[in-house]
Amino acid sequence: MSDYRDEDPRIHGIRTKIRVVPNFPKPGIMFQDITTLLLDPKAFKDTIDLFVERYKGKNISVVAGIEARGFIFGPPIALAIGAKFVPMRKPKKLPGKVISQDYTLEYGRDRMEMHVGAVEAGDRALVVDDLIATERVGAEVVECACVIELPELKGREKLNGKPLYVLLEYYPEA
Amino acid sequence: MFAEENGLKGDPRLRAISEAIRVVPHFPKQGIMFQDITTLLLNHKVFKDTVDIFVDRYRDMDISAVAGVEARGFMFGPAIALGIGAKFIPLRKPRKLPGEVISEKYVLEYGTDCLEMHVGAVQPGERALVIDDLVATGGTLSAAIRLLERVGAEVVECACVVGVPEVKGHRGLNGKPLYVLVEPREIENGFSDG
Repeated sequence: MSDYRDEDPRIHGIRTKIRVVPNFPKPGIMFQDITTLLLDPKAFKDTIDLFVERYKGKNISVVAGIEARGFIFGPPIALAIGAKFVPMRKPKKLPGKVISQDYTLEYGRDRMEMHVGAVEAGDRALVVDDLIATERVGAEVVECACVIELPELKGREKLNGKPLYVLLEYYPEA
Repeated sequence: MFAEENGLKGDPRLRAISEAIRVVPHFPKQGIMFQDITTLLLNHKVFKDTVDIFVDRYRDMDISAVAGVEARGFMFGPAIALGIGAKFIPLRKPRKLPGEVISEKYVLEYGTDCLEMHVGAVQPGERALVIDDLVATGGTLSAAIRLLERVGAEVVECACVVGVPEVKGHRGLNGKPLYVLVEPREIENGFSDG
């Protein structure tokens, strides 16, 4: 059902580039900072290449990325596999007609929006970095793809059986 | 400077880029004809052409860093950075970046806002490019330039997909050159949505 690629020699290089920032945004959270990965052109390219190698030639017509870090990884993947890129945004950022999806966070709720018409029935979609209900417009979510998984938080159980592909896992020190 | 007057005169890609941008009237408020680049991102060929034009321009300019302004600058900047072998630096709204940051305030029509960059993202002497989707007053781009210069980087140019005609013939922003692909469109050609 899901997979991660720690056999590929590029994975080690990617892992070492991710900076862990303790207690951000609040105490107890070990924040996985990917901005340091973006500072290394080879490691950033390797990250994109790993996703592109998996998804190229699979007839994926849409890459959806969640604001804002999904905007960093999604477009290069979309460009390389010949798909369109669809930004999923916080409320009131998109200028045209939108559909919305509420979702729960650890504390509270939030809402995500997508432009009407961006995704159509029959599109095959890849969601980068998070889950979204593109199924509401009849698209088929083929897979969710993330750079990092925090397995202890069991996020993959929220994906309603959708496959999840990650490059690496992070386990806090005991 | 506009691409059309700078080596790309008559380039059919520019027309396609212009037509792929959707104009949304009165967003975010009355009187503003919002240039929506999300429709450009839905057209793979046009999106690729947009990135390719910037990559072709910057690949031999020894640029080691591409800084993109949150959030629409993130949609173009990383692909350009990857295309020229540079690093990508996200410039973000306050309190989004987890590490130590430097901040730069800038003026909006009403009030002020703030842009942040991670300390250590760029080194003194590095040559940098600033990317955003659109330039109007230049306030955001000027703040981005100041952030990079404060840490000793050299801003080579600012690049945007869309630029208002007023920036034509300017010396640029803070003396830095500005490179723009297309002007904002009105909606007479019928391609619009509300």
